[in-house]
Parts: sequence; structure tokens; C-alpha cells
Amino acid sequence: MSISETYVRYRRTLSEEPLAIGVVLVALWMAWSLASGLATGGIRISSLASLVWDGLLRGLIIGLAGIGLSMTYSILNFANFAHGDYLTSGAFAGMATSYLVAGIGENSVGALLLVGAGGSVFGGALGIGVTTSPAAVVLGALVAGGLTIALALFIDRFVYKPIRDESGIALLITSIGVAFALRYLIQFVFGAGVRGTTASGSVPRVDVPAFDGTFRVTAHDVTLILVAAGLMLGVHLLLQRTKLGKAMRAMSDNEDLARITGIPTERVIRTTWIVGAGLTGVAGYMFVLWKGTLGFNDGWLLLLLVFAAVILGGIGSIYGAIGGGIVIGLTASVSVIWIPSEFGRAAAFMVMIVILLFKPEGIFSGRTTA
Amino acid sequence: MSVDDVRGRLDGLFERDVTLVLAVLGAIYLAYVLAGVAFGYGLRGQLNSIANLTFYIGAFGMLALALNLHWGYTGLFNIGIVGFMGIGVYVTALVSKPPVAEGGAAQVGGLGLPLVVGVVAGVAVAALFGLLVALPALRLRADYLAIVTVAFSEIVRFTMMSRTFQEATVPDTIDLTVAGVRLFSFDPAADTIGLGGGGGLILNYTDPLEALLRLLFLWEPYLGFVAFVERNFIPNNPKPVIDGVVYGIVLLVCVGLFYLLLSRTGKSPFGRVLKAIREDEDVANALGKDTDRFKLTAFVLGAALMGLGGILWYSGRGSITPPSFRPNITFFVWIALIIGGAGSNTGSFLGGAIFAGVLYEGPRYVKNLVEAAFELGDAPRNFGEAVAPLASLDPVPFLVYTLDSVSQLRLVIMGVVLIWLMHNRPEGLLGHRKETASSVDLSRPGDDGSSGNPAAADGGETR
Amino acid sequence: MSGTDDSVTDGSTPTEEPIEDDSMPAEDVPTEDGSPSAVTEESDGDADAPTDAETPDRTVHAPEDAGVSVDSTPLEVEGLRRTFGGIVAVDDVSFDVERGTLTGLIGPNGAGKSTTFNLITGMLEPDAGTVRFNGEEITGYQPHEIANRGLVRTFQIARELEEMTVLENMMLAPKGQAGESLWRSVLPVTRGDVRKQETDQLERVWEVLDFFEIDHLADEYAGNLSGGQRKLLELARALLTDPDVLLLDEPFAGVNPTLEKRLLEHIHELRDRGYTFLIVEHDMDLIMNNCERVIVMHQGRILKDGTPAEIKESEEVIEAYLGGEV
Repeated sequence: MSISETYVRYRRTLSEEPLAIGVVLVALWMAWSLASGLATGGIRISSLASLVWDGLLRGLIIGLAGIGLSMTYSILNFANFAHGDYLTSGAFAGMATSYLVAGIGENSVGALLLVGAGGSVFGGALGIGVTTSPAAVVLGALVAGGLTIALALFIDRFVYKPIRDESGIALLITSIGVAFALRYLIQFVFGAGVRGTTASGSVPRVDVPAFDGTFRVTAHDVTLILVAAGLMLGVHLLLQRTKLGKAMRAMSDNEDLARITGIPTERVIRTTWIVGAGLTGVAGYMFVLWKGTLGFNDGWLLLLLVFAAVILGGIGSIYGAIGGGIVIGLTASVSVIWIPSEFGRAAAFMVMIVILLFKPEGIFSGRTTA
Repeated sequence: MSVDDVRGRLDGLFERDVTLVLAVLGAIYLAYVLAGVAFGYGLRGQLNSIANLTFYIGAFGMLALALNLHWGYTGLFNIGIVGFMGIGVYVTALVSKPPVAEGGAAQVGGLGLPLVVGVVAGVAVAALFGLLVALPALRLRADYLAIVTVAFSEIVRFTMMSRTFQEATVPDTIDLTVAGVRLFSFDPAADTIGLGGGGGLILNYTDPLEALLRLLFLWEPYLGFVAFVERNFIPNNPKPVIDGVVYGIVLLVCVGLFYLLLSRTGKSPFGRVLKAIREDEDVANALGKDTDRFKLTAFVLGAALMGLGGILWYSGRGSITPPSFRPNITFFVWIALIIGGAGSNTGSFLGGAIFAGVLYEGPRYVKNLVEAAFELGDAPRNFGEAVAPLASLDPVPFLVYTLDSVSQLRLVIMGVVLIWLMHNRPEGLLGHRKETASSVDLSRPGDDGSSGNPAAADGGETR
Repeated sequence: MSGTDDSVTDGSTPTEEPIEDDSMPAEDVPTEDGSPSAVTEESDGDADAPTDAETPDRTVHAPEDAGVSVDSTPLEVEGLRRTFGGIVAVDDVSFDVERGTLTGLIGPNGAGKSTTFNLITGMLEPDAGTVRFNGEEITGYQPHEIANRGLVRTFQIARELEEMTVLENMMLAPKGQAGESLWRSVLPVTRGDVRKQETDQLERVWEVLDFFEIDHLADEYAGNLSGGQRKLLELARALLTDPDVLLLDEPFAGVNPTLEKRLLEHIHELRDRGYTFLIVEHDMDLIMNNCERVIVMHQGRILKDGTPAEIKESEEVIEAYLGGEV
């Protein structure tokens, strides 16, 4: 019997080991090359710190955006490929509001609402920034969340609800249609140009010392961290402390069972969209506030990283989404130490693919929301 | 249902398919010709328009057929199509571009091998990457496979854009020396080689059509034909126009070959196992089918065909740049397949043709038609200027802006069409049809048709 | 690891000898379709050689096996164990199935019957234990490798290939189809052979369709069949793989009484032709009335292994499982 056991194990390892060995070797090489780089001064600690800081912030954006995706993925059971364009929608809605608040009176309302389409108004000139126009930013974030919620509910009502019982794949394909329609409607209305949105010059910044140099922290970095932390805490409380949160967790575990036990599934779905889309909209807005530019493709370009984060963290887990987001963000930023910078995102995708192959349930595991 | 009916339907299938295809193509072409008449096109204009249409029908037809092998037959959710296309055409370019010329300092060179070699290499490398993706990824569930494949296609695009692979200098001689003994020495023709980075590659090799016609010993007759046309129909350099039309026809022939290959693949025990995998992989496995092997074979074949599709699409284009290989094209092919009906090869081609003729090229023609019919003036620069006049009940600027944005709006239309199809007709045009996966007619052998009787319903008496 | 348990369960074997003898002659009767016994001998011969090379322990047990005559017990399960996240689903399950018998595997929900099936057929890998088929150890083999050796299963919820016709379902099953190679199916030179093989295979398919009296459904999509018809199709399809031993997972679930009777007749007829069956079933009476031997599982373990009469008399079975039902 022990022989057969060994045999079974042997077969298992045969199929899985080579890749695992490869991953370990790559990790060892990376550690060695980093250590030697730091030792010889080829890599400065301050630039490493700067990369880590950048990765962390990117990770928070991705994580924040990932919570919504993770929730709909686990509760509605499909990968929403339009999620990236929800982010874009939130970003445009929020920025339009910020422009309006910051620039009303001096510029035409139309140009402001179109976020300066065609170069009619410039965010920098309006002084958009958390310190220069706090009201505009706060209102922008709120509207971003609110309008994205409205959009998500509208789309759910007319697109997803009629085919609720179809397979996840049918819904996925449908969501690709939604993504197309949404993305190019945004382009139709707001134009194809990428615009600068913030008065990046006037955002306060601090150079934090780090051994052999400094790395830069801006007010928008801090804002992002505060907003992300606040929202995550909020979602945590919502899911842990309220009845609705329990219902949502029950549904993500087993929808049929939830239905039988009398959980109002449609209401739970609606709440899922509200919470998920709200977070997504705010994430989209924070994203453009932080990076200072806005284009119709932003959300779509972020989407794959968000997927990577959600898969990494385990679908349905909000902590997983955040953790996964940070891992992905760090990977995309810090990987430039080892590989050419063009491949930062590729490295993040590779991390996702490796996770899918070895631990498809995610590293933070567990099919439970929260 | 009597066996007679079955046989009759099987007989009718071929005819019906041909009629259906001809009817759809006829309708599309007719619409384009009529549009051309409305534009006041001469023969040259009409031929240009037809050539363009044929090109896209061919391209989308091929790709939809290849995707149908993955999704329609095997249930493999591949949304990395454009990655395989890109690999195919980039490898072709690397292999067949001439070594860098004196004047083209900014240009990257290639290996300078004949185009045929380049095409074969492109297809082979696309297949190889298919294998590379498939080996680990095929055990994943459909939505994960989707994400992995689209990530793969993006990695391919990042690689194309990358400065790292932009250009590399090829050493003058490549020696393999072991322990002081030179085993191998090779003097490559190429001096530089690379993917060209964000600037892409100029495809300065022999024109693909010329290469093909030379290969078939048809080049001289072809030039004679061009001269004939020039004398009698289109004076003043008709060659580009005729090239276009003939290349379109070449693509259609390729579609035919794809169809032949894939319908043979489908109508065979191999295709039957693929269908079984699509329906329920565990069952196929429990019946003794090594499903991994089948999935791998199907994925690699499909990837190779997508590579070939990419080559045929882009290799005659003069140049290729990374932005052409964004995931949008993947989704275009998906929409084409869903229009036609996943699972049906005829449907796939029809879907490709309808997508190309109506959704992809159609809106531009509508725009041109409207512009030809009305004097509309310049379009507003942005949405704001377009809607502002609506307040004073002047819809013209908005309409003009809409028309002017038709290249974006057609993507909105595609999205809406996709949603509509998934709501109302997820099986597409022909996806509902029984296309029996077998190389032979499966009706009762030795049955002359007369005994296909209702009594069979209560069974057993033939035993 | 469980010598005592084994000897307890093995104790019932002698009582079954007569039954086995009854069925043995039937096996020798040439069957009209593909004679399973012939297949067995073939696969035995094939299987033994590589097994010796692959698994050293094979030689250790060889004398024993030779003494018992490998053929008489095509399926031997020993010490099978499988846990799911700390919960022991199957624990130290050992039994063997005699050639040409109907063996029933019963037990309440969650007793581990389906898991046992999945372990035997390679859908799951056991944590411990061995499965031998015709003397060859097949533990941890892939499902298709196991199926190709002649150990074929059906599923609890009939899993038809819904968007394939009944004929396609049937044509899928036969082993060794040349056309399953892509190139042979596509290349003009070899496609003729593929077509010829398919034509030959088609005759057999229609015979089996006739045998199960579902020939009138041949062109239907499998998804349009009733529950009972699906069960028939699934059995018919499994039969076309030229199996040696068939594992049927609740073949009568959701089948109306008329169809159930027919299905039973078919199974008995096939048994008489030499096929061996292991059947998981809920319906106690059905198993008791039709099987020569019954294995009772409870909480992942084998509670009792014996003739229906012995099972009915067994105190532990009555206590643990039958309880009020009998």
C-alpha cells in the first residue's frame, strides 16, 4: 500500500513539480539579484522604496476596484468584462463634477461637463487637487460612486436581469457587449483624447528620506490611502455586521440554498451592484485623481490587473481582492528591478497565470465574501 | 421522423448551405454595389469597394472558422485570438524581411528568406505558442481560460512594443565552438533583427500576392491580364485595384480551405470527441478518451489557423504596428462567431461575412452615403458643440457629429448587437443546427428507407 | 493495513461460489457482440507485461494472484481511503467483484458510495489504498486510461452529451477509433479508412440501439430524452466501449417502473453474456432481489459484505442502516 501511495504521489508530482521548481528557481534568482544589487549599490534603497510606494498605491486602486468585481463575480457568478468601463464611467462622472465645481462661472458648463473634451478646459488650470479644491474632489468622488451605481443598476435591469439564469459564460459574453457599448459611448461623448486632470504642480509633496536618498509622497497618495482604508472598513462592517451582509455571504456560497432559505436573491443582487459599483466608481475617480490623466480606455487597461488581483485573492473575498491588488500592484511596479519596465504589467499577468495554475482558489482562499 | 426524411435533409443540407451562403454574400455585395452606384463610383471605385469588402469577409470568415474550432466545437473560451494573429505575422516579417538595406537606417532588418518560408514559420510559431498556452491552461475552467488567453495576447502586444526587443544586432558569423574545435559556423544574412518596438515593422518583402502567383507560375499570365484590363477597361494603372480584388479572391479561397479542413475535422471521430468535451469533459474521459490530448490538438490547430489568419490579414499591408493587435479584434471575431452560430462551420463563415459587411464596414458606407446625399458641412469638434444647438432645436450639428464619429459608434453598435444576440438568439444564425459529427451517414445501414417506419418506435422487432 | 477487516469480508466469498459457477458457463457462450471475455484476455495479456515493469510490488503479489486466478475477480479494491478537508469520506474500503456477477453497493446518503466509484474510476485520487483491475494496479490512473482497460462507469445523474444526437453519443463510445487522430480524419489518403471503420462501427451501434429499444430516438438530441431514456442511452453507450466491468451509479434513479423493469432485464441479459456489474443503488429491494452479492457502506466504511440473505440477517446492517425500513 505504501508503494502505491508513493506511486500516486509520484504521478502527482510529475505533473506539477517542473513548474513549481521553475517558480522556486525564479524566486531564488530574483532574491539573489536584488540582494547583490543592493549590496553593490546597483539598486538604491530609495529607488526601491519609491517603487514599493508606487506599487502599494497602484495596488490599493486595483484592490478597491477589485472588491466590486469580486462581489459580482461570486454572487452573480460571472466575470464582468464591463467592470473596467464602470471604472471609466465613474472617473468621467467624478471628474466632470470636479471640473464643474472648480471651474463654474469662469468656463462654459458644457466644456466642464465634458471634462474639457477637445482641449476646451484644462484640469491644471482649474486647480483640481485635494488641497487646492477639496470640495470639488469630495463631490467628485461622491458623484463618481453615485452615478456608477445608477449605471450599474440600469445595465443590470436591462441587460443582465433578463438572462439571469443563463450560464456564467453567456453572461460573460454579454458583458463584453456592454463593455464595448459603454467604452465607445464614453469616447463618443467625451472624445478620444487623454487629458491631464489635476494641477499636478500644486499638489503638496514630501520627500521621505530612505537611507541613500528620498522617495516622494504626495497629498494625493495620502488621500488615496485614506479613502481606500475608509471604504474597505465600511465594506467590512457592512458584510460582517448587517443582515444583508450575511445574506450576501450566504448567496455567494450557495445561491440555490440561499433562495430556498428565503433570502431575497434579487434584493441581494441589487445590493451587490450598489456596493460594488459604488466602490468601483470611487476607485475609478481616485485612480484618475492620483495619476492625473484621464482617457476613455483607462478602465479597460486596468481591468486585466483587477482580474488578476481578484483571482489572486480568491473570488468573493474582499480582503483577498485588496491583498491581491497590492500584490499585483507591487509586482507591476517593483518587477522593473529585474525586467525591462515595459513588462511590468506582463509580470503581473504572469503572477496571475501562475496562481491560476497552482492555486486556482486564490492565495487568500475561501469562497466567502468578507 | 422517418429515415427518408433524414436522408432527404442530409442531401438537402449541402444545397441549402450553398444557397444560403450565396444568398447572404449576394445581398451584401449587392448593397455595396448599389452604394457604389449612389456614390457615382466608376469601375475602379466599384472594384476598390468590392476588394475591400471581400478582404474583410475573407479575414473575418477565416478567423471565425478558427475560433469555431476552439469555442464552437471544443468549448475552449479563447479570447487571445489577436495574440496568435500577431505572432503569425510578426514571425513572417522577421523571417522574410530583407536584411536591412543601406538607406533604411531606422529600419530593422529580417532574415531575408522567401515569403513562403516566412508564412510557414509564422504558422508554426503561432502553433507553438498555442501549445505553450494550452499545456498549462487547458485544465482551467472556461472563464479562467478566457482571462489567461487575453492576458497572453496582451503580453504578446507588450513584447511587440517593447524597447528590449526593438532591435538586436546579429553577429556577422555564428560559431559553435566546443573545446577549441569549431563545430559549426554560420554567416547569417541579417545584420539586425527585432520587433521594431512601438514603431512597428515595415513589410518591405515581396508583395504576398506576387509571391503567391510566382509560386503558382501565374505571375506572367497575371501581368498579361492586368495589361489587358488596362487596354480595355481601366486605363491608367489598374494594377493596385486588380491586386486588391485578386487578393480578396485569394482570401476567399483560403476561407474555402479553412472550411474544408475544419468541416472534415468536425465531421469525424476526432470532431465527435471535441463536441463531447464541449458538452461534458468528464463523460468523454469516462468513455476512455484522453481529453487533454484532444483539447491540446484542437487548441494548437486553431492557434495555427489564427496565426495564418493574421498573416493573410496583415502581411500585405505595408507595415504592422503593435496597436493593431489590441484585444478589440479578438472580440470582433467573437461577435462574428456568435452572429453565425457557434458550432456550425457554415454559420461561422456567414457570421464573419455579415460582421464584415454590415457591422465592420457597413457604418462607414452609411456615413458616406449620407454625406453624398446631403451637404452637411464640417462636423463639430466635440460633443458639446454638437449638442448645444439641440437647445435651439437644430439637430443637424448633432447628426453630423454622430456621422463623423461613426468609427466609434460602430463599436457601440457591435456591443448592442452582441447583447441583443445573447438575449434573443444566443445560438446565432445556424448554431441550432444538427451538424452530425461523423464521417459517414449515421442512418441505419442497409436501410433502403422503406423500413424507416413508425413501428420502430416501440422498438425491438428488428432484433 | 486492515488484515482483520479483509478476512471478515472475504469470509463471505465461499458462499457465493455456486452463484459464480452458475454464471461461469454463460460467460463461455459466445456473445454476438464483441465477446467481453475475449477482450479481457487480451487486455490481461497486454496489461501484465507493463505492470510488472512499472510497479515492483506487482511481482511480490504475483504468486497469490496466480493462485486465485486473476480472471475470476476482475476488480479488487483494497484499503481505499479519501478525505476531503479533514472529513473522511471513504475509509479503509476493501472488496472485490467476481466475474459475471451483479454486485450491489448500498448505503445511506453520504456513506461514500459515489466517492468510492470516483476513486475506482480515477475521477478522484485516493489518499491511500489500491485498485486492481484484472490483476493490474490502476490506482491513480487517469479516468480514460482506466476506461480503456475495460472498467467503465456511468454517472448518477445521467450525463448525456445534450447537444449531440443519440447516434453521436453512441458513435463516440467505441475504443480504438482511427479517426480520433486529427490527421487521419483530415488527410484524404486516410479518411477512407476512417469512413470504413465508422461504417463498421455503425452496425454495432444500431444493434445496441435495437437491443435497448431506443433506436427510434437515434436522431434526437440526447438533451431531449426523458430521464429513463437517458439512463438507457448511458448504459448502451458504456456497453459500446467493450467494457469488462461496468460500474453503474444509481442506474434506476428517476426511471419509471416500466423502464426500470426493462433496464433490469437488459442488465441481467448482459450479465448472462459475461459482463460484470457493480451497481450503486438506493432502492434496497431492487438490490436485494437482483444482486448475487451486496456490499453495505456506512459512514465511509464497509459495514457488511455478503449475499442478500446474509445482509438481511446482519444485525449491524439492520441497526445501522436498515433500521425501520425492513
